[in-house]
Amino acid sequence: MSDSIPLSLQVPEPEVRPGGKPDFSGVNIPRAGTVRRPDVDASPADFRDLGYTIIRVLNRDGEAVGPWAGALNDEQALQGLRDMMKVRAFDARMLMAQRQGKTSFYMQCLGEEAISCAFQHALSPGDMNFPTYRQQGLLVAGGYPLVDMMCQIFSNERDPLHGRQLPVMYSSKDHGFFSISGNLGTQYIQAVGWAMASAIKGDTRIAAGWIGDGSTAESDFHAALVFASTYKAPVVLNIVNNQWAISTFQGIARGGSGTFAARGHGFGIPSLRVDGNDYLAVYAVAQWAIERARRNLGPTVVEYVTYRVAAHSTSDDPSAYRPKEESDAWPLGDPIERLKNYLIGKGVWSDDRHAQFAAEVEAEVLAAQKDAEKHGTLHSGGKPSVRDMFEGVYKDMPPHLRRQRQQAGV
Amino acid sequence: MPTPVLMPALSPTMTEGNLAKWHVKQGDAVKAGDVIAEIETDKATMEVEAVDEGTIGKIVVSEGTDGVAVNAVIAYLLDEGESAGDIPDEASASVPASSSPTSSAQKASGGVGPEGAPEAPSSPGAPAHTSVPVSVPSIDEDKFFKDTQRQTVREALRDAMAEEMRSDGDVFVMGEEVAEYQGAYKVTQGLLAEFGAKRVIDTPITEHGFAGMAVGAAFGKLKPVVEFMTFNFAMQAIDQIINSAAKTLYMSGGQMGCPIVFRGPNGAASRVAAQHSQCYASWYAHCPGLKVIAPWSAADAKGLLKAAIRDPNPIIFLENEVLYGQSFDVPTDPDFVLPIGKAKIVRAGKDVTITAFSIMVGKALEAAEKLAEEGIEAEVIDLRTIRPLDIETIVTSVKKTNRLVTTEEGWAFSGIGSEISALMMEHAFDYLDAPVVRVAGADVPMPYAANLEKLALPQVDNIVQAVKAVCYRS
Repeated sequence: MSDSIPLSLQVPEPEVRPGGKPDFSGVNIPRAGTVRRPDVDASPADFRDLGYTIIRVLNRDGEAVGPWAGALNDEQALQGLRDMMKVRAFDARMLMAQRQGKTSFYMQCLGEEAISCAFQHALSPGDMNFPTYRQQGLLVAGGYPLVDMMCQIFSNERDPLHGRQLPVMYSSKDHGFFSISGNLGTQYIQAVGWAMASAIKGDTRIAAGWIGDGSTAESDFHAALVFASTYKAPVVLNIVNNQWAISTFQGIARGGSGTFAARGHGFGIPSLRVDGNDYLAVYAVAQWAIERARRNLGPTVVEYVTYRVAAHSTSDDPSAYRPKEESDAWPLGDPIERLKNYLIGKGVWSDDRHAQFAAEVEAEVLAAQKDAEKHGTLHSGGKPSVRDMFEGVYKDMPPHLRRQRQQAGV
Repeated sequence: MPTPVLMPALSPTMTEGNLAKWHVKQGDAVKAGDVIAEIETDKATMEVEAVDEGTIGKIVVSEGTDGVAVNAVIAYLLDEGESAGDIPDEASASVPASSSPTSSAQKASGGVGPEGAPEAPSSPGAPAHTSVPVSVPSIDEDKFFKDTQRQTVREALRDAMAEEMRSDGDVFVMGEEVAEYQGAYKVTQGLLAEFGAKRVIDTPITEHGFAGMAVGAAFGKLKPVVEFMTFNFAMQAIDQIINSAAKTLYMSGGQMGCPIVFRGPNGAASRVAAQHSQCYASWYAHCPGLKVIAPWSAADAKGLLKAAIRDPNPIIFLENEVLYGQSFDVPTDPDFVLPIGKAKIVRAGKDVTITAFSIMVGKALEAAEKLAEEGIEAEVIDLRTIRPLDIETIVTSVKKTNRLVTTEEGWAFSGIGSEISALMMEHAFDYLDAPVVRVAGADVPMPYAANLEKLALPQVDNIVQAVKAVCYRS
């Protein structure tokens, strides 16, 4: 044993810390259009490489290229642009509202708008998302009223969830948006269960689970992959890799697996990795994975490679753990700019129309905010009904809650 | 009127911060979104953005000031046509402390007491209500006992599931070993053969995983019956049970409920030691959103499991391994379904009330027999449901006997007996002739050795002694 050396613990570190020069040279980005598109019923064993590359459609010149291009017509792409701009304007207003004390808390999805907006359009009515708190685009693209979202954010008398849930933890069954859980990851295995129930019933609806890079470390993630794999559940298992779990860089959760998509391989689940800032690529991959689920071919893991430009939440200050200019150095660009350039290149959009629409969407969000504020904000105006506080604990209100409600004077 | 710029909060818990830097000076024009200042707390720094456009009319809090209260006015913004003369004097403009997020959070936490009494704003300091909660309506149980068959608890549970699965195609059973092996304790015997592998599902070994999967299936409109090999293994599933199953109907504003039954053996068997012998009755009963059932007899097991499967809420159904093989008379009528939340007086008496659930009912009845030999007539109440608890039946009995002994296998601290004691303080204080005594498990993890295990679990003699104590008989 004389040649034994002392063991040492290895703790992964990000490439740079505050003060350093942002460096994404380690992110291997293939040229747009170069990754092949397998048939949806191909054997997962035949395209394991797709879990290690990045599927991209929009090239540097704003053209849609390669086998994943062509999934959307111009009108659909324009709709995507409008949805993303609306989400961004909404986030900006709500961030400001938080700073003004109109809500306690807010979470933006700045830079990640393409993922949820495009995915929502690939789903069909009746499908169910089990989202995290950074998929507000699913609701906005799905036509959920901005005023309703704001009323929940302001926790006012018109809050659709009656003052029971945190500002950004929306819930809308009719919009295929399951109640967001503050306990990270729980929704992932529930998505698989919901999908299995759909299969047991012989229904046609599929589920989509959502999780962030950090929460893939939760046991729910691993259980979800076990169940999805074993029972071939009709579910799309989305992993949004935005590089940062609050201050913890993605390498802490990813460990030695190379990519998050590669986690699916051990379970025999087809796994794709896609440019999350490329609306056209996100849509094409979402459509592919959703078709697999719908045709009873089983689950798909999709990793969206993106970057969380904003702070984790209004309680977070990213300058403490990453260079301030890191988001500018992110090599996959901005999803809105990229789609805008594509549409201008196709001759169906222009800088003027873009500026005009930006003003329109700003006005729409502002009008929604004014409408919502009429019903109160965190510290002023209408409040959720005390009467409602006792509803929904059980399907039917038990006597002791009726008494508590009486004692509350309502 | 000039717009006040307030000290922002990074989070609801922030009460004050330092004004680190001004990026603007008086007279500067600003647009909405312009960074005008930087503030810092011990955790982070934050940029303050202008909310509206205008001109900086006055800087009230100067750069470098520490301990600036959240919502205090730090500057004034002038709109077109306004001048510095329009700015109110600072004292009248300062924001009262009560509007800060922290103090309103403190106010909000006043809340509602455990059994109910919220602090009614109109009558602060009012005593807790003393009117006895009325229990759920009873049914005529006796009529079902005209035609009965002798069955074990195990068979009764199996029949309950089978009958509900026959009548409702949405009901399915899942868990470890439930299909091919027919259950680790053979409770799912015959179900796979009758209903097939899509409704009797063997799962991988992850309680957390299959609980979560079943919760998702319940949100997807099926009615899962989840078997835990024992509730001891369900500790890792408790997040899915409490945080998702029990709370989602509420959190979703009533949109999405979770009709699900979690069932399996709970508490001690024999010689299975600390990690396989725990009673979870008080753990789950603590949580609103759940109903908790713990039957003793085979008839109750059947009637209540059927009720649990039909109930639209998440249910914890606590069985007992030792009871599985015990036989009772069980009604044959398939419509025999018991109300959840109704206790049963299994032995009438006038001198003392003993409450029990699950396996302790048998021990309480044995104790009552012994006590009868000494001239003490005990009334034994089988709680059957822990939440909602049938308070009325207990209070009515205590008003008659004036003495109460609670029994449970679990630990006394924060146990079911503790809850019942508190309820008697509220509803039957003037009727008690002696302090309530709790008979419970010893306050140690369950030891393995037979002699120690026996000492750790409440025995018939412990109940006898407790009853004598409350009756002041030695």
